[in-house]
Amino acid sequence: MDEVFSFVFLMLASTLRVATPLVLCAMGGLFSEKGGIVDVGLEGKMLMAAFFAAATASVTGSAWAGVAAAVLAAEALALLHGLACITYRGNQVVSGVAINIVAAGLTIVLGAAWFARGGQTPPLVGDERLLPLFLPGAGDNVLVYAALLSVPVTWWIIARTRFGLRLRAVGEMPLAVDAAGLSVAWLRYRAVLLCGLLAGLAGAYLSIGQNAGFSRDMTAGQGFIALAAIIFGKWRPWPAFGACLVFGLLDAIAIRLQGVRLPGVGEVPVQLVQAMPYLLAMFLLAGFIGRAVAPRAAGVPYVKEH
Amino acid sequence: MRPAYGPLPAWAEITLLPLINIVLAFLVVGAIVAVIGVDPLHALRLLVVGALGSPESIGYTLYYATNFAFTGLAVAVAFHAGLFNIGGEGQAYIGGLGCGLAILALGRWLPAGLMIPVGIAAAALFGAAWAAVPGWLQAWRGSHVVITTIMFNFLASALMVYLMVNVLIAPGSMTPQSRGFEPSGQLPALPGSPLNLSIALAVGCCFAVWVFLWRTPWGYALRTMGHNPEAAVYAGTNLRRMTMLAMGLSGALAGFVGVNELMGVHHRIVLDFPAGYGFAGIAVALMGRNHPLGIALAALLFGALQQGGAELAFEIPSITREMVVVIQGLIILFSGALVHLPRPWLQFLLARRA
Amino acid sequence: MQALTSATIELCDIEKSFGSVQAVRGVSLRIAAGAITGIVGENGAGKSTLMSILYGLYRADSGDVRVDGRPVEMASPRDAIAHGIGMVHQHFMLIDSFTVLENMILGAEGGPLLAGGLAAARTELARLAREYGLSIDPDARVADLSVGEQQRVEILKVLFRGARILILDEPSAVLTPQETDRLFRILRTLKERGVTVVLITHKLREIMAVTDHVYVMRQGRVVAERRTADTDSEELAELMVGRKVRLDLDKALPRHGKVVLRAEQLSLVDERGVRLLDDVALELRAGEIVGIAGVTGNGQSELLQVLAGIRPPSGGRLTVGERVFDARHHGSPAEMRTLGLAHVPEDRLRQGMVAAFEASETSILGYQDEPPFTRHYLLDGSAVGAHCSDLMERFDVRPRSPGLRSSHFSGGNQQKLVLAREIARRPRVLLVGQPTRGVDIGAIEFIHHELVRARDAGCAVLVVSVELDEILSLADRILVMFAGRIVGEVEPGRADERTLGLMMAGAQAA
Repeated sequence: MDEVFSFVFLMLASTLRVATPLVLCAMGGLFSEKGGIVDVGLEGKMLMAAFFAAATASVTGSAWAGVAAAVLAAEALALLHGLACITYRGNQVVSGVAINIVAAGLTIVLGAAWFARGGQTPPLVGDERLLPLFLPGAGDNVLVYAALLSVPVTWWIIARTRFGLRLRAVGEMPLAVDAAGLSVAWLRYRAVLLCGLLAGLAGAYLSIGQNAGFSRDMTAGQGFIALAAIIFGKWRPWPAFGACLVFGLLDAIAIRLQGVRLPGVGEVPVQLVQAMPYLLAMFLLAGFIGRAVAPRAAGVPYVKEH
Repeated sequence: MRPAYGPLPAWAEITLLPLINIVLAFLVVGAIVAVIGVDPLHALRLLVVGALGSPESIGYTLYYATNFAFTGLAVAVAFHAGLFNIGGEGQAYIGGLGCGLAILALGRWLPAGLMIPVGIAAAALFGAAWAAVPGWLQAWRGSHVVITTIMFNFLASALMVYLMVNVLIAPGSMTPQSRGFEPSGQLPALPGSPLNLSIALAVGCCFAVWVFLWRTPWGYALRTMGHNPEAAVYAGTNLRRMTMLAMGLSGALAGFVGVNELMGVHHRIVLDFPAGYGFAGIAVALMGRNHPLGIALAALLFGALQQGGAELAFEIPSITREMVVVIQGLIILFSGALVHLPRPWLQFLLARRA
Repeated sequence: MQALTSATIELCDIEKSFGSVQAVRGVSLRIAAGAITGIVGENGAGKSTLMSILYGLYRADSGDVRVDGRPVEMASPRDAIAHGIGMVHQHFMLIDSFTVLENMILGAEGGPLLAGGLAAARTELARLAREYGLSIDPDARVADLSVGEQQRVEILKVLFRGARILILDEPSAVLTPQETDRLFRILRTLKERGVTVVLITHKLREIMAVTDHVYVMRQGRVVAERRTADTDSEELAELMVGRKVRLDLDKALPRHGKVVLRAEQLSLVDERGVRLLDDVALELRAGEIVGIAGVTGNGQSELLQVLAGIRPPSGGRLTVGERVFDARHHGSPAEMRTLGLAHVPEDRLRQGMVAAFEASETSILGYQDEPPFTRHYLLDGSAVGAHCSDLMERFDVRPRSPGLRSSHFSGGNQQKLVLAREIARRPRVLLVGQPTRGVDIGAIEFIHHELVRARDAGCAVLVVSVELDEILSLADRILVMFAGRIVGEVEPGRADERTLGLMMAGAQAA
């Protein structure tokens, strides 16, 4: 009995550990996409944040300074995205792709220049990391709780506040928002900045919570998995959270399954389990399992006729 | 209320605006280099010498340029059809799988004269098939290629790791790579240089894409769809079929990266050979204004950057070769997403002059 | 609720251009408080632009908006709302996925949290429902409401914001006659409660039914002002259409040939279930020009699209030459072309050409697969160029530069190029939508002559136009469309603009 209990506990803990950055990122992405700004640059924001978190924590010795630096770095990229997509009405996907590529390169360039460890930051010890709060060994640092909290808060903001109502409106029909005498651009900037905040926390979690330092490309596609979770959750916070947990669980299972032969199936390829989020999102997008309807104005720059 | 962006004079639109965008990108790069503590002009000198200073470095530059030309063309063909293919990375990967499988299967029996064209065709076919699925999903199921091609990059990567680790790994090998290709499946290359016959294929593709887009009725219909889908319907074009054609061609072109890398250099199937060329293709296409000639020139520039960047990283340890990735990203940013940034200023200046 | 009395609104010398098009030219008008003012005119007369300026959506190039005699700045809808002006747009500004209540409070939520605002709105909605007879389920999703109900939400939204001046832009365009009658009852109730109403429409019946006062607009100008009681539909129709000099065409009598296109019980229903074409029957004979008159939005565009194979019909039969099509076996544009059907679309920029293409490329749109343009799977650039030069010569397209971007030609020259492309193939059937929209006088005459020449060469020509005098001078037979149906057939010799105008406005059937 104890064994079962401890197995469940371990699986749950490792699911949560893996799901935390996905949840933070997905909630951030939700704000952006609900407001009509498609964000394929979640990955880049998270990566940049992870780098600056580890770099700052390593230099200052403070994990909290690291978190602050992570948020600032992600917000800088978020502002850049906003500038390109909202003010200059550029292509949102192109902007997101550019941010991903810049982040992939810049984190290594700066890391190598500052720490001379081939793009890695020095290993973090003690207070340079976010430590578990209540359950030693479970990795339950403050950002895990922040991620859990971010879901009801995101839901509450989107569903129950004036800002949320306007945000949903601007993602569906910016013209109606304009006609109601509200500023489309200011609403969308706020959405993009909220996205930056959460993606920044996700990045900090990766490099100074879950791991002890930054390593190159450490996001490894999690920004895109978060995007898949948003799609899978049909642009709603709770279902997106559920999708993140499922994806986290898949990952925990993948680690457990390595080299294990299941009766009747044989060895399940780890890669298949890892590819599941993308496969599932694809089936959903293709309309084979339900229909995912994105905010109607997502991806379209708002151009007012004059 | 900000005025809508009116057009600039034609000459400014083709020359001045793109030039300013590139200059802006390089100014930011210079600033980053300076932040690292290196004199930007010194770095630039090293970069140019590294890219063009010796026959060997020119060989590398051209070899890299070959990959950039393929992925740049891939993005451009889709773009002319109004489709944004971000899946070049995965299509290159699967294209390489295609030519690799063909050579592993047939290399023993076919002479080079047959094996090479079959390998190239297999790369095209596999790349096209990998792109055709997102194409189909958009044409028939209405899911946007932007998201699906991104997802297909990850699927390609997962599939390749699985195949390399479990299926295609050479017996007795510790690293996940296939057994070597027979000589009939290896492209002739310059001795001591990765530059191989693929560059001829790239030049051929540039020409063929130009002919296709501007000298065939299908290219005509494809461009019509990209500019104005309603006019394409009016003209009798089947948009679904045209979407499939555009994505297929785009994927085939990206697949040729596999030819250059596997048939030209590695001579076996290896992991991770697309190494960002697929994404860089977006920068190449944007900078080359989606025209094969422009893409050829942009590919040369990117090839030089890639090679020069490697030499630069060798000379100055504090700069890594990922600097080139930053440059690619900034070029996508300034020539793509922020393309309108200098426009109001230019309009203002040109209007005052006139 | 404060009992605001509404103010008098004046527009003084308003001018507004979009690029080179002058949409509003020096318009002055006065909207009396507590009355229903109508603004009537044909499509493109400048009515909607004028009202968008009043509502702060567009900014006038010059001129003043005055509220109670004081000039005010209408920089954005926020200013308009602050002055008690509300607008019900032709295309509803409603968010489909929101409930009625959520749509109502958008921009007027009454606090950072929704709960209080929603509760207050629910009470207010109930009050407005009682007072004006505008009942609606506050928790229904807008997407599930009928068009008429959606319009009621729009009106409620405006009243909820405390607006005392209500602008309605073509409110009946999307309504059934019953819904329209209901709307009019609502408008009268609003007036009784002191609300000022501005009704923009092109339907004379509506003006006569509800307004107190009417302004007639034509080509960006106010051409007349009347008390509704002092005028009648006939006078307004005349004022609206204008009495332009009829373009006299040297036209021989038509030699009717055999029927080359026949539509029977043709219908088209869109995905929302709206009937766009209803039981349309028509025949085109070789050697005649049939004109379709009607106000925009009564099914003419859809008719052209169905005949050209762009949209499949929902029901009925279409015979082109020997081929029969129906909803199951419908033709494609390419198939129609091979049957000798050519089509000059209504909106040449959106359908008939590709703005970014060179003129020579536009000159083969739809025919790109055919020789001599394509030989051995390759486009023959010189053949395309020669073809374009030839068309430019024959149809006097200026400048004669096949290499110039299509968008750089003037509207008239673009139209001549598209027309040239379609006529040059010597089609058996020629469909022409708005042959002279945005075209200068000289080109109009030229285009008319070319259409008559095509007819004389044995082509069956179908012309759809909102320009009545164009239909009158071109057509050998005139069909009038209203609400997706062909409501009458008139011979041009026996028709005058007044009767046609009344039929077009749905006021009278022949």
